Amino acid sequence: MKNKKNEETNSRRNFLKLGLMAGAGTVAATGLLTTGCSSSGEKIKVLTTSGEVMEVDKNYLTLAPVGREESHEGIPGRKFVMVIDLAKCKNARKCVEACQQGHHLPKGEEFMKVYLMQDSEKTAPYWFPKPCYHCDNPQCVSVCPVGATYKRSDGIVLIDNERCIGCKFCMTGCPYSTRVFAWKPDEEYELDQPYSPEKGVPGVEGTVSKCDFCPDMAREGKLPYCASACPMGVIYFGDIDEDVVTNGTETFKFSELIRDRSGYRYLENLGTRPNVYYLPPVDRQFPVERGLDGLDEETRKRFDNTPYVKKLKDKEVKL
Amino acid sequence: MSSTVSSDKLLREFAPQIEHTSRLGKLWIGFLIVVICYGWFALYWQVSRGHIVTGMRDNVVWGVYIVNFIFFMGISYAGALISGTLHLFHAEWRKPIIRMAEFITIISLLIGPCFIMLCVGRLDRLPNLILFGRIQSPITWDVIAISTDIFGCILFLYLALLRDLGKMRDFAELKVPQWQKKMYKILALGYTGTPDQQIRLKKATDIMAAMVIAIAIIVYSVLAWIFSVTLQPGWHSTIFGPYFVIAAVYSGTGVLIVSMFFFRKAYHLEEHITLQHFVNVGVIMLVLGAFFGYFTFSEYLTKWYGSEKNDEQLIQVLLKNYFFLFILSNYVGVLVPLIVVGFKKLRTIRNITIAAGIVVVALWLNRYLIVVPTLETPYLPIQDSRLAWQHYSATWVEWALTAAGCAMFCLLFTIASKLIPIVQVSDLKEEPLEAGDIYLK
Repeated sequence: MKNKKNEETNSRRNFLKLGLMAGAGTVAATGLLTTGCSSSGEKIKVLTTSGEVMEVDKNYLTLAPVGREESHEGIPGRKFVMVIDLAKCKNARKCVEACQQGHHLPKGEEFMKVYLMQDSEKTAPYWFPKPCYHCDNPQCVSVCPVGATYKRSDGIVLIDNERCIGCKFCMTGCPYSTRVFAWKPDEEYELDQPYSPEKGVPGVEGTVSKCDFCPDMAREGKLPYCASACPMGVIYFGDIDEDVVTNGTETFKFSELIRDRSGYRYLENLGTRPNVYYLPPVDRQFPVERGLDGLDEETRKRFDNTPYVKKLKDKEVKL
Repeated sequence: MSSTVSSDKLLREFAPQIEHTSRLGKLWIGFLIVVICYGWFALYWQVSRGHIVTGMRDNVVWGVYIVNFIFFMGISYAGALISGTLHLFHAEWRKPIIRMAEFITIISLLIGPCFIMLCVGRLDRLPNLILFGRIQSPITWDVIAISTDIFGCILFLYLALLRDLGKMRDFAELKVPQWQKKMYKILALGYTGTPDQQIRLKKATDIMAAMVIAIAIIVYSVLAWIFSVTLQPGWHSTIFGPYFVIAAVYSGTGVLIVSMFFFRKAYHLEEHITLQHFVNVGVIMLVLGAFFGYFTFSEYLTKWYGSEKNDEQLIQVLLKNYFFLFILSNYVGVLVPLIVVGFKKLRTIRNITIAAGIVVVALWLNRYLIVVPTLETPYLPIQDSRLAWQHYSATWVEWALTAAGCAMFCLLFTIASKLIPIVQVSDLKEEPLEAGDIYLK
């Protein structure tokens, strides 16, 4: 019995080395072997990390999420990165909606937030989508007393909702207000499969949760919910080591995109080394006020206290 | 032999407070129990309905619970530092009040951590702190430091109690239930006051006094580092360690003076606790107040003068939304004790007690102003339509539990004074024979 188990884990390890290339130089994901599934006869071509093409039975590739233990290791050979093009964002909020839906989040508990930013009085306002930055020097991970939040080899910072004690130290540690706390039990959502930190679902009452970069989607070779939902193609997702990012329609070399468009990271001076880059809002495709159109009352009210909206209201009053 | 007679006389004097509880005293205890029950109800409310019943939300994730935690831990260190220092310096006048300082230390040290428990989302997972504890986290430092502190302080208090416990055991006239007599006998550990025992006790107490001072400084610094290791604008400050230590001792002297006042009244200790004691502790309070004012001033001056964007935002919120609290905690709380104790004419027991009361309130507010406004001004602006997400205001649940915490403090203090004389009986008239020779050899 014991030997059989070892064999299984060995073959699983071999499979972890496989890299699945989804499309030309776009996001890649790794297949994982599940135990005890029969062969389907249908073969899928995969590319190994050494560059060889191999044929694998479809049933041997499970789609995520992986279990709690495995979720502590990153997807081998990956280093995820996100690029957000502020020139194209018009606060359509499709990223927020898709994220909410994909992660079964209740209203008011958002992993992806869109801010209306204005750096100083005379500079132009712009829309600013903000996921978790999955920092390389994450304050939240440093301060966690029980290791419930951890950094993986693929750059992703995850939360183990079954270990978190809810001390909220990580929430004060994060300078980007990224994390949300489950203040009350979520009656609407019920877990229908074994829990995995990779599958970001609403946190259990009294624990912390946040944007997880959708590693379960990456394992399937798909983009995160926010990136694929954005109608403007604002959000690019990819691999910093492979030097490639895509929004689903366009694919760029990451380094060239950052070079040509003067990419930067938010609050670089804090030393957290985020893995989310921004492209500055130059040559905009939409005027900023378009982002205020068609918002529901609740969402519109969020921006009422921003200097820009206050100014707009003053103008209306004067007219 | 004369010393035994005198402590018997003293015991006779203090016996009534242990033997009987006055009607007012019973009323007081009843009142405290009612408040504590109200707190239990609030606790039930919070546990059954989730943390949503508190005023805390995603931006202000720590509220008055953490403020109470810092506050109670603060006054506990005061007890430790005051009694430890006075003990080491052989300040003769300390004797009638040192027991009170030690009780304050232990009791608040037991209540403080309860408040951090209230703030934790999953109490059922607290064992994770040990099972999966990470030494990199300041919370783990805190867990280690506080448990060491509780242990050290209990030991220190116990050593100080030993001689009195022996006296209580040997005092035949004491009319108390049998279990209480048995308790004295067990706790006294067979201490009879032989010269050998006296020397050993003195040595142990000296060591523990020094240890308690060191531990108290470390623990309170660790507590401050929980805040200052983060990148939050109001917290990320190098001065926080010493600032918190000073603020802690300052608030503790305040609590000590207030309790001196009430115990003096309740147990008629006018003969033992005199104006001189109030003035002496008052002077300590004055010095600490000056330090506290200095730290506060340099903390805010550098922020205001440098006016880095986020610091400026914080100062604006402090001066706009919290103006009166800011003035009360950082100006009134410093200047009143300076003036009252500073001018000889104003030094009356009543005045000093009022000043101490102001200090206690001001220091609680000081912690509130450190915790809450910072969380209300994060780096990214709060853009939320829900008012509770923008501004923190504590709910009845939090206030009820705060009141229950204070009531618990008073209740335990009262009960402690019913079991053991609130003034150290044996030390009042006797010193170990070789005291001078043993001291820190």
